[in-house]
Amino acid sequence: MKPFLESLKVFFVSLRLTVVLLILSMLLVFVATLDQVNLGIWAVQEKFFRSWVVYWTWPKLGLAIPVFPGGYLLGGLLLINLICAHVFRLSFTWRKVGLQLAHGGLILLLIGELLTGIWQRESFLRMDQGETKSYSEAYTAVELALVDVTDASEDQVVVLPEEWLARRPVTQHPALPFRVAVKAYFPNASVERRRGAGPAAGVPTATQGAGVQLAVNPLPITYHRNERNTPAALLELIGTEGSLGTWMVSIQLTEPQRLAYQGRAWEIVLRPKRTYHPFSLTLLRFSHDKYPGTEIPRNFSSRVRLRSADGRDDREVTILMNSPLRHEGLTLYQAGFDNNDTTTILQVVRNPSWLLPYVSCAMLFAGLMVEFGLSLAAHLRRRRARIPQPA
Amino acid sequence: MKRYLPLIVLVLALVYLGTTFREPHGRVGFDLGSFGRIPILLNGRIKPLDTVARTSLLSLQGRQRLVTPEGRSLAPGEWLAEVLYQPEKADTYRHFLIENAEVLDLLGLRPEEGDGGKRFSYAQVRARAPELERQGRLAEETEAQLRSPFQRQVITVRNRVVLYLRLKATLLLPDTTDPAGEIAAMTGLARPGLDATEQRAREALANRLTYMDRFGYFRVVPRTQGEGALREWDTFGAAALAALQAGRESRGVSAHAELAAAWRTGDGDRFNALTQELHRMIEAIDPVALRKGDFETRFNAAAPFSSSMGLYVLAFLLGVASWLGWTEPLRRSAFVLLAVAFAASTLGIAARMWLEGRPPVTNLYSSALFVGWGAVLLCLVLERMYRNAVGPVAGGMIGLATLVIAHHLSLSGDTMEMMRAVLDSNFWLATHVVVITVGYSAMFLAGFLAIIYVVRGVLTSSLDRGTRDALYRMVYGVVCFATLFNLTGTVLGGIWADQSWGRFWGWDPKENGALIIVIWSAVMLHARLAGMVRERGFMGMAVFGNIVTSWSWFGTNMLGVGLHSYGFMDAAFYALVSFVVSQLVIIALCLLPEAKWRSADSR
Repeated sequence: MKPFLESLKVFFVSLRLTVVLLILSMLLVFVATLDQVNLGIWAVQEKFFRSWVVYWTWPKLGLAIPVFPGGYLLGGLLLINLICAHVFRLSFTWRKVGLQLAHGGLILLLIGELLTGIWQRESFLRMDQGETKSYSEAYTAVELALVDVTDASEDQVVVLPEEWLARRPVTQHPALPFRVAVKAYFPNASVERRRGAGPAAGVPTATQGAGVQLAVNPLPITYHRNERNTPAALLELIGTEGSLGTWMVSIQLTEPQRLAYQGRAWEIVLRPKRTYHPFSLTLLRFSHDKYPGTEIPRNFSSRVRLRSADGRDDREVTILMNSPLRHEGLTLYQAGFDNNDTTTILQVVRNPSWLLPYVSCAMLFAGLMVEFGLSLAAHLRRRRARIPQPA
Repeated sequence: MKRYLPLIVLVLALVYLGTTFREPHGRVGFDLGSFGRIPILLNGRIKPLDTVARTSLLSLQGRQRLVTPEGRSLAPGEWLAEVLYQPEKADTYRHFLIENAEVLDLLGLRPEEGDGGKRFSYAQVRARAPELERQGRLAEETEAQLRSPFQRQVITVRNRVVLYLRLKATLLLPDTTDPAGEIAAMTGLARPGLDATEQRAREALANRLTYMDRFGYFRVVPRTQGEGALREWDTFGAAALAALQAGRESRGVSAHAELAAAWRTGDGDRFNALTQELHRMIEAIDPVALRKGDFETRFNAAAPFSSSMGLYVLAFLLGVASWLGWTEPLRRSAFVLLAVAFAASTLGIAARMWLEGRPPVTNLYSSALFVGWGAVLLCLVLERMYRNAVGPVAGGMIGLATLVIAHHLSLSGDTMEMMRAVLDSNFWLATHVVVITVGYSAMFLAGFLAIIYVVRGVLTSSLDRGTRDALYRMVYGVVCFATLFNLTGTVLGGIWADQSWGRFWGWDPKENGALIIVIWSAVMLHARLAGMVRERGFMGMAVFGNIVTSWSWFGTNMLGVGLHSYGFMDAAFYALVSFVVSQLVIIALCLLPEAKWRSADSR
């Protein structure tokens, strides 16, 4: 056993391993960058960086063959290599303090990226001028909301997540007087006005609500940067006395569909997944400055009123490009605008590890400065000792 | 003689730079210098007419020099005056660069009808202009990356013609014979109770002014309210329309109309007086605009970067010559030339910074200037330390190469652009962008030093042990420096991204390019430490660093994806490929067995 552990140690502290891993990472990043032209940035991240192994699919056979180590594997091995080198090889001396610091910064950077991958959540907050919101919406994930709107002062909401729709069960919920059966779910589909002929084979039709006039046209899932998947589903609601009918829901049908059952009014809608926050924002004014006589944007900014649920905060804030609002562990960025500059779109990011890159940057810079500074000083000393300066 | 050579070279170089400050000559009796200094607003930036003239000429025909059909050479300012005020004459100037055979065929032109076989006048193009417009529209419907060479050229030529037509529509009423008279008559057309003829005349004039407002290229009348970069300016057409509606003479409008008339009638004194009047009018509203316009005109005329180009070539040649004989005087002279060229570039970059109110690097063009500047600075330091003429040779090469790249990038228009919202942050431009650009400089310098090592070693017997050691130490030191700057710059970029859109790292092509440079420098340092490469291997890796850096600098922009892409540049693509091939050849030379090196004996 001992020789095996010993050889493992030798393998992992080796500088040669560092060089090989670095070259492999370089190739990975290069190929991934080129592949962005075909796949788009999100798919590339999943395929190359957030993966252990990169697969290549043989087009004829549809066979996925592992061809290259993925980002997690290379990053993980580099991390082990780096830590091993520090534990076993680089003993601490003052001469080496720069290297220790720089490598420490690198370790922190890698860990920070890993934590970001695990923890970071992104959503967006879209507000019209004057509107108040206390939730943000997901970019891709959707949810099915069934809302009891009978009481004018309070809504009762039951939310079913997307994964649930995709698995097609029949669900019974204590707050719902009916069961919900998913007859069909499409991760990406367009909704079109139904034309003379019947629907595509195998696709059920809606018998109630707005979907009666419409047909679902399933589409392949897209990974393109500028395209969005538009999920849709057909749901049958089943009460105690039998089926109430089939409804079509789609992210394209933004208006909730209404139904009355047992004396209560319900709304049903497929909407972007919401995250509620312990504060609300009101958009007071959105400004979009352009350079005179051009369409070149000079600045975007949103003046918002921030009110926390506990009443401790009630103030006005300006969120603008390069100057986000950090509040309650969230960071809100000016991301876009719409509707002739009357709607703002804020990006909402939760990343508990956001400070790590700042620390690691400082460590890297300081470490390299010390290391190269010391080398340069030693070099100059040697030169002065060796060659007499020409007069 | 030998002793005084560096001093003589210094004096000659300074005299040469001094001559670049001369005022250009032009039409006799017309103060074209003052005319060129009139500030206008174009693409959100206040700039002098001189800049409009030069950038328009570069866009139209790829150079600033223009020769009239009579064989007279025109300065850019005079050319612009002709286009703006006397278009019937300018229509005969051959200033449209058309090289593509299919486009020439489309326009019914033969190369031998053009100036130098490739430059044509509007008079020659006019008959087929509608067809050009139609083809341009067709081509534009194709996605940029998928366009054929013909489609790309059609769009380019169409845009050149449109630019010219817009210039013509900026300050002169279409089809006028009496610009000042027609504008002066406006006041009479504002009173109530016009008869039918007068009413028709008024409407016709309003239509022509609306056309000028919509189609005119730049804005000439500053409004009195607003400040600095936020002040709105009006086009001549809009200001004239407002005057027509108000029934009052607007001096900002009529002065321009009279200027056109003075040019057309050849009244130099009147022209000069009106130019001065326009200066005074703008100075009263926005004195900074006039001061900057004045400075920018001098900067344009002095053209410090093209002067540096010549000096870099000489520094390179003298440096190489010093390896053959007359070593010390030639080496010192080369150093002096490099220093003077560097000083001229520094002044040029500083001037741009003052004009823009920005840190040195704001776009691809200025990054090319700055990469060269940083590398030459390092070369000067190295030369002070090592005194072996390697500094002037490497500095001359990189300085020249980056200025040539910058020149080609300047052909697409004004190089001082307004920064889009997300980039509008002097703090990050000054830190992330500057640091990363210095990192590029150092990577290229290491690569070029290694090229000197390989070329001298393989092809000449001049690479002795001492030079070899010195070059190795230089490359190593510069790679360390590059690592520091590239790593810091890349992480700073991540922090900027975190600040502006909440993602530290987005795997955007430009970010990946920077990351690859960082990884490559890490590979070099660790491979050397592990003993996997020695001197020669390390040099080969440094040359490969040139490929890595050039890909990150330009290659990533050519992919046409991501937040950092500034458009697809196909001409640059071939240049990049040839550069990569040349570097591969040098690496192959470097890999030749030691015995095949001509310097093998001098070890």
